[in-house]
Amino acid sequence: MKPGIEFKNITKAYVKGGPLAVKGIGFTVPKGTLTTLLGPSGCGKTTTLRMIAGLESPSSGQIWIDGEDVTTLSAAERHVSLVFQSYALFPHMNIFDNVAYGLAVAGVGRASTKQRVEAALATVGLTGYDLRWPGELSGGQQQRVALARALVLEPAVLLFDEPLSNLDARLRRQMRDEIRALQQRLKLTVAYVTHDQSEALAVSDQIIVMRDGRIAQAGTPADLYERPNSEFVAGFMGEALLLPVQITAGGTVRLGPLEWRTALSVPPGAAQVAVRPEAWRVGDASEHPLAATVLKSTYLGGFYEYTLATEVGELFVVCPHVDRQRHPGEQISLAMHQRGVSILAA
Amino acid sequence: MKQSNLYGGAASGWTLLAILASLLLPWYGLPDDFHWMQDYGTVFRGSGAANGWVQAADYARPWLWLPVLAPLVAGFAILCEQRRSQGLLLLVSAGTGLAGLLLAGYAIGVQGWAWGSLQQGPLALAVGQPGLGWGGTVVLLSMLMLVGVGLARLGYFQGNEFVSGAVLLCSALLILFIAMPVLKSLAGAFLDEGGQFSAAEAWNRLASSRVWNLGCFSGRPTCGVAWNTLGLALATATGTTVLGTLLALLTERSLVRAKPLVRVLSILPIVTPPFVVGLGLILLFGRAGLVNQLLEQWFGIEPSRWFYSAKGVWLAQMIAFTPVAYLMMRSVTQAVAPTLEEAAQTLRAKPMHAFMTVTLPLLGPGLANAFLVGFIESMGDFGNPIVVGGQFAVLSTEIFFAIVGAQLDPGRAASLALVLSAFALTVFALQRIALGKASYTSMSGKGDNGIPPPLPAPVRRLGMGLAMPWLAFTGVIYLFAFAGGFVKVWGRDFGLTLAHFQTGFGLDWQDGIVWAGAGWHSLWTTLRLAGSAAPLTALLGLLIAYLLARVKFRGQNVFEFGALLAFAVPGTVLGVAYVMAFNVPPFELTGTGLIIMLCFVFRNLPVSIRAGSAAFKQIDKSLDEASAMLGASTLTTLRRAILPLLRPALVASLVYSFVRAMTTVSSVIFLVSAENELATTFIIGRVGNGEYGVALAYCTVLTVMMLGATGLIQWLVGERKLGRRAQAGHQKINETTPPVAPQAIPALASQT
Repeated sequence: MKPGIEFKNITKAYVKGGPLAVKGIGFTVPKGTLTTLLGPSGCGKTTTLRMIAGLESPSSGQIWIDGEDVTTLSAAERHVSLVFQSYALFPHMNIFDNVAYGLAVAGVGRASTKQRVEAALATVGLTGYDLRWPGELSGGQQQRVALARALVLEPAVLLFDEPLSNLDARLRRQMRDEIRALQQRLKLTVAYVTHDQSEALAVSDQIIVMRDGRIAQAGTPADLYERPNSEFVAGFMGEALLLPVQITAGGTVRLGPLEWRTALSVPPGAAQVAVRPEAWRVGDASEHPLAATVLKSTYLGGFYEYTLATEVGELFVVCPHVDRQRHPGEQISLAMHQRGVSILAA
Repeated sequence: MKQSNLYGGAASGWTLLAILASLLLPWYGLPDDFHWMQDYGTVFRGSGAANGWVQAADYARPWLWLPVLAPLVAGFAILCEQRRSQGLLLLVSAGTGLAGLLLAGYAIGVQGWAWGSLQQGPLALAVGQPGLGWGGTVVLLSMLMLVGVGLARLGYFQGNEFVSGAVLLCSALLILFIAMPVLKSLAGAFLDEGGQFSAAEAWNRLASSRVWNLGCFSGRPTCGVAWNTLGLALATATGTTVLGTLLALLTERSLVRAKPLVRVLSILPIVTPPFVVGLGLILLFGRAGLVNQLLEQWFGIEPSRWFYSAKGVWLAQMIAFTPVAYLMMRSVTQAVAPTLEEAAQTLRAKPMHAFMTVTLPLLGPGLANAFLVGFIESMGDFGNPIVVGGQFAVLSTEIFFAIVGAQLDPGRAASLALVLSAFALTVFALQRIALGKASYTSMSGKGDNGIPPPLPAPVRRLGMGLAMPWLAFTGVIYLFAFAGGFVKVWGRDFGLTLAHFQTGFGLDWQDGIVWAGAGWHSLWTTLRLAGSAAPLTALLGLLIAYLLARVKFRGQNVFEFGALLAFAVPGTVLGVAYVMAFNVPPFELTGTGLIIMLCFVFRNLPVSIRAGSAAFKQIDKSLDEASAMLGASTLTTLRRAILPLLRPALVASLVYSFVRAMTTVSSVIFLVSAENELATTFIIGRVGNGEYGVALAYCTVLTVMMLGATGLIQWLVGERKLGRRAQAGHQKINETTPPVAPQAIPALASQT
């Protein structure tokens, strides 16, 4: 697949010789796909995005977009659009003028501008809003205007900086799906910054988890969720419990009374596994190998959350069987699914 | 999309401009009898008005080849393929031209080499050169901008040509019109009459007993001028801070109804010439003033000039500067979070105790700032000491008399200016420190639902007893000042008359209007110069504010320091500096209207920078970035996205620059000539002749005009252009803060 964005060994220091915000990272966003930069605040993901946009320039390394070195080009010279967290709609222009701004700057004729603005507004479902003002629209509508304003220039690369963080939960899911649908329909190359892992899982072709200015792990959503390579990634991609295990020479993993074979070639000896709370199967006492006592039980509508005492330690378990609630003090037993368990290098 | 940028745009534009200017415009300053229409042909022939090429070839001024050839070389850069090599060629060619132009400009004067010894040697030049004219100036500017383009192409300033050009231009202007003149004039303190460096002479002047004696403590009438200045400043700063704070507390906490009245009185010192208060006081306490008249009538006391002294100046400054302290303390008082005071009360503190332990400490940094601003105001004040000072001399008046008086001793003026600048810089540094300390106040109004408690009774009584009579007194003084223009001869004949207005602004009809009044000439000159200075001030100020607020570049700290320094230079010092620095080539401006205009611009620049900085703080940076992402250049972004949002600030700084240029006196009094007489200097002249009626009539006319101008701005700005649309939405424009102008007023007022 052709690369849309290429980052080659980029570092960034805001103060010359000062601490590095980004410490030598490299990655590729294939053309027509969506890559999410995920990480806690201060990990360098927004800096990375702003370097793609051309709003910051890297201290060293190269940035390529569509097979062209753009490292020294300014934001205006790159064929890139950015949707801002705050939307950054110009308050003194109506919706039409906001969306038309980039075209007007480029000197596109009036008829063509009108046509393209209307097409862009139609794409985001805001036909007929041309003469409204940014202040008159809801947050979700403003978000769409910002999107239309970015799309109207038909950029080679579209960037999103935490686009959903100012929306309420319901709207967030809707906009998330719309952005993903739009990206797939228009075959856009997108880089997307968020700190919300469920958002990242939902929209991405590729997720890059960043930590402290470096890439912690990159891969498909399933890779990262099911096969995290570190405690940090496992913890960041959702709830996960770290447990010490023994691995035998034959590739068998042993956790207390539980045993399973691993397909990966891992060196024998002590290791750690990250276990998702939904990786456990809950049964009556003695039904499964690992005996457990319920300490705490919480009803959450679609599922139960249990805190359990076992011989391998205290476990946090999510159980989808809503027909039967286990109460504190009850004796139960546990087995493990193969999914949701990953072995971490010790 | 990249290519178009390489060939078009700034580089070729400035190159073309430089080439055209060196061919089509007279290189040097024009002879007095030059008429553009009739004599334009002489630009291409040998004459004083010849262009750069002719000057270099026919007039044996070979040093001009560098600047006239450099643009041609720069022209080749456009043919370069690569961004870097293009930048390098531009930088080298334009840089060489620029350096050559400036070096030759400073090294070669009217008589040849600027250093006499060289001119006597074998290298003696046949001809010297006068100051730069249109051609030279335009080429200079173009070269500077081409250097900027070159630097940007080489990757400095993040490759942004606009930013690099703006930084170079602003730095060059700050250096040329503030740093260099001031340093040059201050260096004069170390030169003896022959122009040679002399430490002994400098020591004599600086340590002179006229400056530093403490005679007033041992029976002599006055101390040295330095002590006079410091003492007066101390007294004024203390008094204005106390009164201003009391007024602010009263109007914000107890006597809310008095607010509009206090507000009107607080605007007056901004719109009136600085010495109006002094004139009003003279009408009351002067030799022919009401008080002396009554004393004579009732007690037979002979009228004397007792008022013309330190106490008179102090009283005048108190009236003139208390409103400044009030405006500053008002915003500080408003920013104290009421919940803190409520918290103190719920913790069982009595009102007075809560005031002393919570409110007052919270006001602390504000108080320090108000005190220091009062100090700076008093030190820089020229109008009041000259009008009511009498024998009491302060540094600013002493500098004036050293330059224009019978003494004519520039070295002495320079050393006095040095002392004054040292004082001002020290206080300015203290103020920075006071402001830099964490100010406890000013949490945003958000989430604070408290109601400010009323003032404790003792504080309220003090305020009512002290501040209210003061307010009345101020009102009376201004009233007197305006009434003075309508009275025949104050003190002798109180009959009403319009004769003074007739003298100043009479009109005759003789085949059309004849501007017969004596004041017309100076009024038109002032209007013309202030009117042309105001837009320049506003634009340059906004540009500098933009560079400070929005752009990051290497050397920004130095740039910021330079811009800040402009705040600290007292007006008198700047005026002296202009006289001393711009009377020789390459920038020969003395006696022209241009130098007065430039003085207006750079004197009022800090005000404009402050207004701009405040405005930029209210506009979210993502709007700039959004525009850049959509393909707009920095200039387009400024013009289409930012400037419309800055309009209130722009209008505000435009009108205030205008008003302050109209009413300023300290800096321009050195620069006026018979041809370019200004309103304020005209009035001072009338006062000197004892024509108080005409002076006051003129003041009234000025004040009415300036009130009109400020009224206009309040009206324009008050009507917020964004209207409710901005308020309804989620824009990052901070809605809780009031529009720019009212905020800017304390900042504006604090720089007289």
